[in-house]
Amino acid sequence: MNETLNLLIGLAMGLNLLALGSSRLPSLIRAVSVQGMVLGIMPVIIEHAGLDWRILLVAFATMVGKGLVIPGLLRRAMRAANIDREIEPFIGFVPSLLLGAGGTIAAMALARALPLLPEHAKMLLVPGAIASVLTGFILLIGRVKAISQVCGYLILENGIYLFGLLLIHATPLLVESGILLDITVGVFVIGIIVDRIQRAFDSLDTRKLTTLRE
Amino acid sequence: MNPLLLIIVPLAGAGVAALWPNGRTRPWLLPIVAAIHLALTFWLFLNPPVVTPTAWLGFDPLARAVLPMVSLLFLVCAAYAVPYLRIRSERPNRVFIAMLLAILGLLSAGHQARHLGVLWIATEAVTLAAVPLLHFNSTPRAYEATWKYLLVGGTGIALSLLGSFCLGYASLHGNGGGDLTFTALTAQGTELSRPWVLTAWVLLLVGYGTKMGLAPMHTWKPDTYGEAPGIIGAILAGAVTTVAFTAILRVRAVVGAAGQGPIADRTLLVIGLFSMLVAALFLLGTRDFKRMLAYSSVEHMGILGIGAAFGGLGVTAALFHVWSNGLTKGALFLSAGNIRRAAGSPSMDSVRGMSLITPRSAAIFVTGMFAVTACPPFGPFFSELQVIRAGLVGGHGWAIAMFLACLLLAFFGLTRVVFGIVDGRPSAAVKTSGKRFIETTAVIAPPLVLLGLSLWLGLYTPQTLRESWTAAVAQLFPTP
Repeated sequence: MNETLNLLIGLAMGLNLLALGSSRLPSLIRAVSVQGMVLGIMPVIIEHAGLDWRILLVAFATMVGKGLVIPGLLRRAMRAANIDREIEPFIGFVPSLLLGAGGTIAAMALARALPLLPEHAKMLLVPGAIASVLTGFILLIGRVKAISQVCGYLILENGIYLFGLLLIHATPLLVESGILLDITVGVFVIGIIVDRIQRAFDSLDTRKLTTLRE
Repeated sequence: MNPLLLIIVPLAGAGVAALWPNGRTRPWLLPIVAAIHLALTFWLFLNPPVVTPTAWLGFDPLARAVLPMVSLLFLVCAAYAVPYLRIRSERPNRVFIAMLLAILGLLSAGHQARHLGVLWIATEAVTLAAVPLLHFNSTPRAYEATWKYLLVGGTGIALSLLGSFCLGYASLHGNGGGDLTFTALTAQGTELSRPWVLTAWVLLLVGYGTKMGLAPMHTWKPDTYGEAPGIIGAILAGAVTTVAFTAILRVRAVVGAAGQGPIADRTLLVIGLFSMLVAALFLLGTRDFKRMLAYSSVEHMGILGIGAAFGGLGVTAALFHVWSNGLTKGALFLSAGNIRRAAGSPSMDSVRGMSLITPRSAAIFVTGMFAVTACPPFGPFFSELQVIRAGLVGGHGWAIAMFLACLLLAFFGLTRVVFGIVDGRPSAAVKTSGKRFIETTAVIAPPLVLLGLSLWLGLYTPQTLRESWTAAVAQLFPTP
């Protein structure tokens, strides 16, 4: 069970690096979408012994939400805005990749410093979570188009989701579904604002959002 | 009576507002629901219910100490919203009113949340519900401000969730049974795993601190308060920031129970002083009087953080300051909204002589400015005095010296901008736009009422109110 899970987490960490290195929006969105799917399978693997309908429901909702619905919305926004598919970075691709790789190594080291329960000790969940959060931050800061920043935000959320899997026994379903709902609504709201910005500025380049400053 | 009604009534009101067919009568739903909410809150304030320790939501002493202020401020703002939305009748108000009412319900949930997960869900739902209110004006500047709010606020949301998970894991690591209510977490005490508690504290302080607007996570505030309608500024600065502050207080109680209180207090003190310093320096530079209010809000969030760092006495003072700052800031935001509407611009480069064009709003604005910079006998003077006293009792002489220096700098900054726009002779452009704005009683009374409440808090703080703050402190710092 641990091997399969660690394999999937490793895959998610690889997708982080792919997202950092992709120079075109569609491939960035694809990386986020595949990562969402991979994350959706994880609760089923962790709970494979005592599988019940609630776990399946969370897993299904995650896969559909993170893997299909949200990436679909982003693709639609991209087409509607008819923007240039090339990603212009603030932080170049090679520096982002190096930062991401360095972050992944640092995440492994940092995770060792934190005490884990014996049943979690052999899992890569904590380093995976920290690495994804860092990747999300690099994308949020290092990209100029609103859609790539949203992708960064999604990877950040994915990292937190990975961490949340440690608590899968502790958090009641009600809380978990509330969290999932908030995140989904959040992404919808972001999508609406992206659309409005596109109409108001005729662009999704956040470098143009500079009227407000001291 | 069931405290859940405080959540259900406004949310039901939001649903009614979303379905209400007539845009001209819809604004009246705001004061009606707000009045019911205030009546319920005060009934609960006077007859506090017994809270079962395991409950996820409950009108506990901390909620009792703060929620009445939120309800009061909201009612006054709701009364102001009716004439405001009549002036702005060219804009659709369905989403605006529904979201405003939803925020009241979610704020009530956030203040009453006794479960780590529920607290996160409620506060972050407030953040999201506020988004349509910020771009009510639909200008490119408003969308820019909303985007920054979402990006910074979204990161804050994410980090506070990560922090909540870390605190949950600290409990799990300390053989907790997976009960994430604050009562259970506090009861676990030093069994909570130390490294995880400290990680959680940092993440939660940054996450909820973003929502409060503590520096350096305050960057969304000037843009948002500058571009959103004045009434939204009043509710964000007085009510929404408060829920993040009580969240930090609740988490601080758990961290204290785990034996890490001194570290938590030190970080709160540093971040509070830093917020005051940053706000004071920016106040000396800004030329926009609505952004000025945002920096003033950052400054007062810093004061809350400093108060919370000074232990029991300090937290009492901070809860007092929540009241005095919230009500006074409300008066400032509403009168600033009037002035902004009459002047047609928020910048002191083009706005002058507003005491001639909107004499009554200008008078409230100037008086409110003196109140918020802690001139006696208004509320903020006494609450800040209590913070200072708590600091001196705790032996934080240096911190208090810096605190006073920042207050002085902020005073210079605020007076510079306020008198810049109030004094002088109005320009021709301001005169023409000012003619279209009439200072009716409906737009003057609400800020005046808030100013009166601030004065009342200063001159005569009711004994029951003081007792409610002490009770909240007793909940947060239980004496063994």
